[in-house]
Amino acid sequence: MKHVYGWLLLTPAAILLVGFTHYPAAATLIDSFFSTATAVRPSRFVGFGNYASLAADPVFWKVLGNNFRFALGTIPTSIALAMVMALWVNRRLPARGLVRMAYFTPTVLPMIAVANLWLYFYTPQIGLLDKIGALFGAPSHNWLGDPDTVLACTMVMVVWKEAGFFMIFYLAALQTLPPELQEAASIEGASRWYFFRRVTFPLLMPTTLFVLVNATINSFKLVDHLFIMTKGGPDNASSLLLYYIYQVAFSFFDTAYASTLTVVLLLLLAGLALAQFLLIERRVHYR
Amino acid sequence: MNVSGNRILPLETGAAWLLALLWLSPLLYAFWAAFHPAELATHFRLLAPLTLQNFAKAWTYAPFPRHLLNTVILVTMILAAQFVLCTLAGYAFARFEFAGRDIAFGLVLVQLMVMPEVLIVENYRIMAHLGLVDTIIGIGLPYMASAFGIFLLRQTFKTVPRELEDAARVEGCGFLGVLWRVYVPLARPTYLAYGLVSVSYHWNNFLWPLIVTNSVTTRPLTVGLAIFGAPESGVDWAVISAGTIMAISPLLVAFLLFQRQFMQSFMRAGIK
Repeated sequence: MKHVYGWLLLTPAAILLVGFTHYPAAATLIDSFFSTATAVRPSRFVGFGNYASLAADPVFWKVLGNNFRFALGTIPTSIALAMVMALWVNRRLPARGLVRMAYFTPTVLPMIAVANLWLYFYTPQIGLLDKIGALFGAPSHNWLGDPDTVLACTMVMVVWKEAGFFMIFYLAALQTLPPELQEAASIEGASRWYFFRRVTFPLLMPTTLFVLVNATINSFKLVDHLFIMTKGGPDNASSLLLYYIYQVAFSFFDTAYASTLTVVLLLLLAGLALAQFLLIERRVHYR
Repeated sequence: MNVSGNRILPLETGAAWLLALLWLSPLLYAFWAAFHPAELATHFRLLAPLTLQNFAKAWTYAPFPRHLLNTVILVTMILAAQFVLCTLAGYAFARFEFAGRDIAFGLVLVQLMVMPEVLIVENYRIMAHLGLVDTIIGIGLPYMASAFGIFLLRQTFKTVPRELEDAARVEGCGFLGVLWRVYVPLARPTYLAYGLVSVSYHWNNFLWPLIVTNSVTTRPLTVGLAIFGAPESGVDWAVISAGTIMAISPLLVAFLLFQRQFMQSFMRAGIK
């Protein structure tokens, strides 16, 4: 009887999960071996044909490279900032609540709104960045129009958006650290920096790993800002894998190739899932 | 205690405040621009005249009330469905021994990584087959069975002492009665935490709603805002700021009022 009840309770959720996660994931894989159907030519089996075009597609390699640069540029910076923020907010700081709120606020804003605001900062001449630059005599610069600066501009914005979110995980971890450690350290006369380096930082390591994996997963899903700020341009300099999938599927209507790109994204996410399992699950499974 | 650890140097206090100001400045700047005439948006003068003109313009340029209504319907619908589906599934995983349970749980967790927005190509095709393109249900359906919600509730239900369940059974509760009278009330903090995270997520979600909608009657705020704020729309920045502020203010106000709950919810939900 327990079997029946168990499955009965699970069924409604299971139908939706299979329908919108497992089935589409499997269908994506199958589609990647077929050509896109057109009005004159139905879809046919092409083996690894789509993967061959993928390997030869310079845009694919570019967006993949961008994704890694985006991850490398945003994650360590946000994590370091998050740690500093948490250490500050955890102390007896005057107006602590206000400071904590300021750090966390970007987290509750939609990426689209954030992009709307930041787009304006980067506008040549009238934008805030150029205005500040002008005070120091710097020439006007088209920040989002220059392939050399556009990705970095989006990274700064994402660090601003994410650091406060990661801060709360460090804050939670800091609050579980026993105060005796601190007392012992002050009796021994350890400096603040020494205490941080040898005690706090190592004890925060599980949190850092958790944040690291989640931030990496996030970096593959954060594409909303591109719709407002750059449309992936100029010359795909700011484009990311998921945005390219969107373009291929819904602007170029090449669904088979979009599926092939999605398979790559799924493989990357699977790799991250494995990393999370090996690095973190061992720690989390105490419950 | 806390002799040296919690003491903070004046220099650090300054740095923390400066960073806080820096962090708030994009938002403060948007408020400045929204409440001043467009030509003053980029010139700071303390006594510049205030105006609500930009809000009035934004209000007429885009159907904000409709987008807001769509978002509220969407978020409420998703949350209600998530509560029901995740409660049932979480209960099954926490308290029932059934064949294939562990494999099924593993398969559920796959969705933590592969969120519906990753599978936009196939999910759009499915919605087209179901005839749900450009409907609010079509936006919400892929998110209703949330692996995250199932996982959170399973973890919470597992901590409920068996004795309480046994007592309820003696009183004559069936297995659904036990769920409703024992498990659900005890999991209230988890529901609050998950609810806040879910509402924030779907209030702000953009990519999938963009793909699956194509008319004013279904588009949520984020999609409306994107169309309105895109550079090619030619709307000036003061009006865009006003529109952006209108779109974010409900959630922002909720956050400012219930800061502690928000942060604790995100924390609880993240740490699992």
